Amino acid sequence: MLKTYSWPRYATRRAPEIGQAGVRRVPLVVVGAGPVGLSAAIDAALHGLPVVLLDDDDTVSVGSRGVCYAKRTLEILDRIGVGDACVTRGVSWNVGRTFFREDEVYHFNLLPQPDHKRPGMINLQQYYLEEFLVRRAGELPDLDLRFRNRVVSVSPAGSGATLQVETPDGAYALTAGWLIVADGARSAIRGMLNLDREGRVFLDRFLIADVVMKADFPAERWFWFDPPFHPGQSVLLHRQADNVYRIDFQLGWQADPEEEKKPEKVIPRIKAMLGADREFDLEWVSVYTFQCRRMQQFRHGRVLFAGDAAHQVSPFGARGANSGIQDSDNLCWKLRLVLDGKAPESLLDSYSGERVFAADENIMNSTRSTDFITPKSRTSLNFRNAVLTLARDHAFARALVNSGRLSVPSFLTGSRLNTPDSDAFAGDMVPGAAMDDAPMQEDGTDFWLLDRAGGRFMALVHVADPAAVDAGLARKFKTLASGPIPLEVALVAAKPGRAPEGLRVFVDGKGRFAERYDSAPGTVYLIRPDQHVAARWRVFDASRVNEALARATCNSH
Amino acid sequence: MPLILTPNFNEPGKRYFRAFSPGDDFYEALIETHRDLSDVQSALVNAKLVLLLSNHIGDIGVLREAMKIAREGV
Repeated sequence: MLKTYSWPRYATRRAPEIGQAGVRRVPLVVVGAGPVGLSAAIDAALHGLPVVLLDDDDTVSVGSRGVCYAKRTLEILDRIGVGDACVTRGVSWNVGRTFFREDEVYHFNLLPQPDHKRPGMINLQQYYLEEFLVRRAGELPDLDLRFRNRVVSVSPAGSGATLQVETPDGAYALTAGWLIVADGARSAIRGMLNLDREGRVFLDRFLIADVVMKADFPAERWFWFDPPFHPGQSVLLHRQADNVYRIDFQLGWQADPEEEKKPEKVIPRIKAMLGADREFDLEWVSVYTFQCRRMQQFRHGRVLFAGDAAHQVSPFGARGANSGIQDSDNLCWKLRLVLDGKAPESLLDSYSGERVFAADENIMNSTRSTDFITPKSRTSLNFRNAVLTLARDHAFARALVNSGRLSVPSFLTGSRLNTPDSDAFAGDMVPGAAMDDAPMQEDGTDFWLLDRAGGRFMALVHVADPAAVDAGLARKFKTLASGPIPLEVALVAAKPGRAPEGLRVFVDGKGRFAERYDSAPGTVYLIRPDQHVAARWRVFDASRVNEALARATCNSH
Repeated sequence: MPLILTPNFNEPGKRYFRAFSPGDDFYEALIETHRDLSDVQSALVNAKLVLLLSNHIGDIGVLREAMKIAREGV
């Protein structure tokens, strides 16, 4: 029992399929109501897809587990309706400090730029995120969330997969046209399908302790290499909601996990760190090891894997839950187009392609961090300590200090959904990039660009004066909205003005859009439903926009 | 030219989106060079590396500056 949190017990209802003859067929089933499965089910329902979400438990995550939620994840959570709840409850932070022995050697700022809605990172216990997601799921009539519904077998067939499900009220079968598997690192479904993941297992153990204390530590990430209170190992400190602090001690491979979890072992470690006088309560303790592995592909016919079920990383960099939620963001709009018959099934191969690429980047970065934090040889340790020693005085060495490269979205530059640039652009908003945010106004009201993008395809067309837009061109823009795959055109302009045909005008009063997107009057950005850039040009050309839209949905011939 | 002490890693033709990436690419290659070597073998590899890189840099003034910084506090 935690002192700061009591777990909700969610009601279970008798599944209507129990005792019925025949097997009911539904378009979409998601297995696993963790952060990834819940996000996927909510996003699918928001896209208008009826979805059944099955979970074998009736509560949220035990223990705080995933703690850091990155800016890009918050933007996705905003789109699916839980961003505010998370940011209000969580602890926002941007600064991380790294210490070597007694001294600070390096600090970083995740978000040195002004004018973004969300901070670089929030810390929030995973159970809060899940609770907010469950609440959001309950608001959506298309989402049928079933607790204590355990999938005991899965039989894929050409046009779906049939599940056997056990519940406290009896068993039933259900055929899913499509199945999203988000049942975590030890995925039972992956096992039932005899699919494996490849990669590395790391021989090290870490102790996580969540403690409650009134403390004056700032809302920053503090990381120690070889501190006096835990010599030879690393320690990480994070502040979470409710005055709960996460402390992560490296223990080494030889440590006995059961022994290390005992309060009489844990409390002296924490006292050595915090000082004998500081009062604290031990909230939750766990000892973990980790692996960096992924499945070869995330799509197996009608079965789609997401989150830890598909790929696992070391915890350094908070790239687990964050990347899983980005999987869901990438997947749901594609699934909707395929289910609506507006895109071929091969669009879902691009889910696998894009998210395998992202998983490899996450695995690479978290492996590099692990190798720096826990050197595996005398030579590695020498290099590591040389970097930390030089870092006090020299900027080049500070750039090499790797205490975790925190979760940032991948630039999906190699995706076949992108239309390569034919015009010259500066900056990072290349085809395949997740959009940068920018403050804007519409009809005199301030808003954030990312709050009005996403969920559908959009073209952002930069004009000098919205009122001067030719009526014929405005009608062309409107035509795009009534195509088989609707494309909404919004004008972006430095100054307000009434555009013909009732076109929306986003006013870039601060010029951040122009700056971040290297945009000028004439520039057009084609944006995917997951807020990624699909294509961009210096001049609007309806046929090129249509070609790029076809390419982004695998409809090109 | 004085010794460069600001971040300076890059690989021709490679586009970096994150400031930490070029340094991390280098560091991974460095650690990989020593994979499966004994401490004695690694020390020899490091000595050869210093010699190769020193010849490449060529400017003995720069090398003296680097040697001085490397020895500080040891």
